[in-house]
Amino acid sequence: MTQLALVIDLNVCVGCHACVISCKEWNTSGNAGSLSDLHPYGKDPTGTFFNRVQTFEVGEFPKTETVHFPKSCLHCEDPPCVPVCPTGASYKREEDGIVLVDYDKCIGCKYCSWSCPYGARELDEKQKVMKKCTLCVDRIYDEALPESERKPACVMSCPPAARLFGDIHDPESDVSIAIREAGGYQLMPEWGTQPANHYLPRRKTRMTIHQDELVRADNPLNKEHYAEPEFDDPSLDDVTSW
Amino acid sequence: MQDNTITPDDHIEVKNTTCYMCACRCGIRVTLKNGEVRYIQGNPEHPLNKGVLCAKGASGIMKQYSPARLTKPLLRKKEADRGDSNFEEISWDEAFSILETRLTKIRETDPKKFCLFTGRDQMQALTGLFAKQFGTPNYAAHGGFCSVNMAAGMIYTIGGSFWEFGGPDLDRSKLFIMIGTAEDHHSNPMKIALSKFKRSGGRFISINPVRTGYSAIADDWVPIRPGTDGALMLALINEIIRLGLYDREFLINYTNSAELVNIDQASNTEGLFVRSNETFEEGCYDPQNKLWWDRHTNTEVPTRTPGADPYLLGEFETSNSIPVKPAFQLLVDRVKEFTPAWAAEITGIPEETIKQLAHEMGITARDQKIELPIPWTDTWGKEHDSVTGNPVSFHAMRGIAAHSNGFHTIRALSILMTLLGTIDRPGGFRHKAPFPRPIPPCAKTPKGPEGVQPNTPLAGMPLGWPAEPNDLFIDEENNPVRIDKAFSWEFPLSVHGLMHNVITNAWRGDPYKIDTLLIFMANMAWNSSMNTSEIRKMLNDKDENGEYKIPFIAVCDAFQSETTAFADLVLPDTTYLERHDVMSMLDRPISEFDGPVDSVRIPVLPPTGECKPFQEVLIELGGRLKLPKFVDEAGNPKYRNYPDFITNYETEPGSGIGFLAGWRGKGGEKFMRGEPNPQQWEMYEKNNCVFHYELPRSYQYMRNFNQGYLEWARHHRLTRYAEPITIHVYSEILQKFRLAAQGKLPGKQPPNHLRARVETFFDPLPFYHVPLETELTDTHKYPLNAITQRPMAMYHSWDSQNAWLRQIHTHNYLHVNPKTARASEINDGDWIWVESMHGKVRCMCRYSEAVEPGTVWTWNAIGKAGGAWNLDKNANESQKGFLLNHLIAEELPRTGNGPHLSNSDPVTGQAGWYDVKVQIYKAGDDEPEETWPQFDGPKQSIPGVKPRKRKWLSYFAGKGENK
Repeated sequence: MTQLALVIDLNVCVGCHACVISCKEWNTSGNAGSLSDLHPYGKDPTGTFFNRVQTFEVGEFPKTETVHFPKSCLHCEDPPCVPVCPTGASYKREEDGIVLVDYDKCIGCKYCSWSCPYGARELDEKQKVMKKCTLCVDRIYDEALPESERKPACVMSCPPAARLFGDIHDPESDVSIAIREAGGYQLMPEWGTQPANHYLPRRKTRMTIHQDELVRADNPLNKEHYAEPEFDDPSLDDVTSW
Repeated sequence: MQDNTITPDDHIEVKNTTCYMCACRCGIRVTLKNGEVRYIQGNPEHPLNKGVLCAKGASGIMKQYSPARLTKPLLRKKEADRGDSNFEEISWDEAFSILETRLTKIRETDPKKFCLFTGRDQMQALTGLFAKQFGTPNYAAHGGFCSVNMAAGMIYTIGGSFWEFGGPDLDRSKLFIMIGTAEDHHSNPMKIALSKFKRSGGRFISINPVRTGYSAIADDWVPIRPGTDGALMLALINEIIRLGLYDREFLINYTNSAELVNIDQASNTEGLFVRSNETFEEGCYDPQNKLWWDRHTNTEVPTRTPGADPYLLGEFETSNSIPVKPAFQLLVDRVKEFTPAWAAEITGIPEETIKQLAHEMGITARDQKIELPIPWTDTWGKEHDSVTGNPVSFHAMRGIAAHSNGFHTIRALSILMTLLGTIDRPGGFRHKAPFPRPIPPCAKTPKGPEGVQPNTPLAGMPLGWPAEPNDLFIDEENNPVRIDKAFSWEFPLSVHGLMHNVITNAWRGDPYKIDTLLIFMANMAWNSSMNTSEIRKMLNDKDENGEYKIPFIAVCDAFQSETTAFADLVLPDTTYLERHDVMSMLDRPISEFDGPVDSVRIPVLPPTGECKPFQEVLIELGGRLKLPKFVDEAGNPKYRNYPDFITNYETEPGSGIGFLAGWRGKGGEKFMRGEPNPQQWEMYEKNNCVFHYELPRSYQYMRNFNQGYLEWARHHRLTRYAEPITIHVYSEILQKFRLAAQGKLPGKQPPNHLRARVETFFDPLPFYHVPLETELTDTHKYPLNAITQRPMAMYHSWDSQNAWLRQIHTHNYLHVNPKTARASEINDGDWIWVESMHGKVRCMCRYSEAVEPGTVWTWNAIGKAGGAWNLDKNANESQKGFLLNHLIAEELPRTGNGPHLSNSDPVTGQAGWYDVKVQIYKAGDDEPEETWPQFDGPKQSIPGVKPRKRKWLSYFAGKGENK
């Protein structure tokens, strides 16, 4: 059975927010739109986004790591938001594992957002319905788009290509290979939600230097010993007979 | 599931153009639904961004429909003060007529009283042409307050520089060091390259006082104290030379390292290269008439004598009894004292870390050599079977440039890159056309006031590249001819001008009073000026007769900014989606390492309201003022409009060189050079708005000395000379200015009060000095460095009016290391004062472990003046956001009756933004929880500016609400 998901490579994510805005841009005028913004030009503007980047620091100066952490609905294999929905508005698609909200059925009761351990759901405060990432379900099957563009908007736009998209149940997919080979992990697996989205950790490349690499026979400084003695300069030949 | 939001009645169009949400110039594909912007995506067929797009690019919709848009020409009401934004609407005819009358009079009398200064406009070829044709020297773009040290320091050393003109070859690099780079220089191309680099196993080290953005994904972060990068570079050079980790062959063959320098202190040619008797035609190139000291024959020989192998070290005496040293020996003598231990004290980087950095660079360069099977021929006719490279690369930007010691820091960085043998080689630094150029490039300003004449084009370029003191643009009493004092003895190599001093100088009437200041797309009453509070007063200041000290200010901008408020005349510009533009080879194109690339914008939407592209304003004015290049022989306007100008303009009649390089010739069969092609725009449109010529592989490397490339460049008129561009490890150009200061060189000499300054800072070899302002600061009282950078999701001031982007950065904090904050009993989130010797600002503190303890920093230009950009009066940007510029002076503290000196690099005039020293302390409990200083916004609505959607915005394209 197919389970579509995002795999996000924290090793190359620079926190640029391209995914945040391309998502908003695509979805506000798409099937899931509009995504409302409250006080867009005023005090404390706040709007509906399906995807946000959180940035946090780890460690103490100077051993500090700065981590950019994009987060959206993780499309759990056992999504706690679905059973709590009193109207059946929240559902998980059998064919591809995407978790969606049927706005027509949603009554804005927020049970789903309380049950989501990841804080991935956002109530559209204007329309009073719950909204979340759809994995751009209105792009990925759209045959009017070139095949190369049948991807979520965030994946298409991501400048460092930190966002991979595919079927994590297919062991040969790019996302499965990445999870397997690069140490992909789930958020809070202890909750048993089996989030489909995975993260790839930071990896460090270091260089080891051996002392003899600093002293070599081909050192160009050797070419600068220019003080060759003249033939007539004094030598031991002049003063010893042995 | 299909996109069910589209019905058969909807009209969908897809158009390509070029982004302008920052200066990157990515290709974009815009989908329109019923004439409204549905979706902006990266163009997958564009060489720069290859389909990706950043947050700024994707939010172009909110720029297009921003309520801060200006839509009508405006005239300040007679009774209103500047700054009040109290305007009446006028017609374009009236606006043009006001400008025409005023500018005609100025041009007939004294053209330099008209000043044209622009922001990062990407149309400097046109704005510069307009200024030159008008006859004013007073023109520049934002380079002087951005990163001119980067351009000048590198171009005066290697004949090219970072960003548009060159960059790190991360495809083939193994070790990449990024220094002092904010997150938008470069944007998408850097992100794409960094990711590929890391995924292919490259090692990435970031040297920066702050760890954000790109630095976050570095394998190692090396925190450094701001303004000390020069000390680090010199220590790295010291260690690399000490261990013999330099590329001797590269230094000898392609740099002036082995060339013999006269070291006779009594000589008037001390510090200049000793030359052979061979004579060369005068020209803008570096004659090959220097000498080496040959190891085999132990005598002086002309450089590149077959069979000779020169010493890099030693001291010799020529046959004419001149004591000489190879330039490299002088570098070794220079850096001898600059050990890693010495630099550790200054930079705060442990000695062992500095050594480790040097060792990693040197060993990677030496032991991981790349060899590509690409035959090429050098300028001396020698054939090479392969191109080789040393895979260590660097990128640096304003963090090291925006200090008053930045020029020499960047000279040192360029020399470090050269020692490692990484210039235009695989895995190192690569040039982008039209670079490399001769050192220095050929363009020159006039040399004196006679170059400025009524009703006459300027006798030279407004900006140029001085090669010697006689190239300075000064009068006989050493007074500057330019209003910003560029190319004077105060800032001899100010190749991008000093826009940051224009308002102060014009207000003071020093060196003279002006009449009209035309500003395009630069926020000079806010984040683009130092000393912002005072600058705003100067803009509104009147003389004893009640007349404005700066008599007339015109501003062209697309948005209602802090600066448009101070205009007498406001010209509403279009957005980038509404106009034609060119990213021209005559300006700063978007070339790739493999060859020249230029591109265009083609409108995807009609202009909003009465908006008119600034280009059209200039073409119209050029015709009305009868500027020679803009009118025909009968004096009638020569061009219908800007697209017509782009198609048909040639630099000289029949030159075949125009603004666009692609599809030239009558049928589009030529490139770089060819007759105007009436179908050129259409051909760009059909080809993703971009022209990309990929050079033969044998022309893609070693271009300073690549015969094939240089002859190709000469043939296609990128350059006049196909001579080798020898790398200036030792700068004879700088030495000539020093000799003038010492009275040893005939011709122009500095006035006495500047002799010591010129002698000190025009050192032919790089050195480190404490930034000028720091030296004049009580560092016990103001111990901290304060710096700014821009976030990736926000470009300068432009996008606080953008409903989506402002939700990411609604206000800014001062980021402080917790140790530093706690020492002043400041908690995370507290309101604090940050104070320099020039002023103070109230703001909020944010703890951060990702900043070195001697530095505090903030995001630049998130803070706004109240009511500007059509934001609500209580918007976070003006209540919690703050601008650090109030603490930074545009001039150094004056000593006695001495001259007013810009707070800038004494070589290039680069604004010393990051030299400011501050203290922080907690704000009082009784103080309001809002930023200070506060500025009032407009008291009345501005004609043509839409009312804001107050409470809710629910954008959905295609409903006809935004047409």
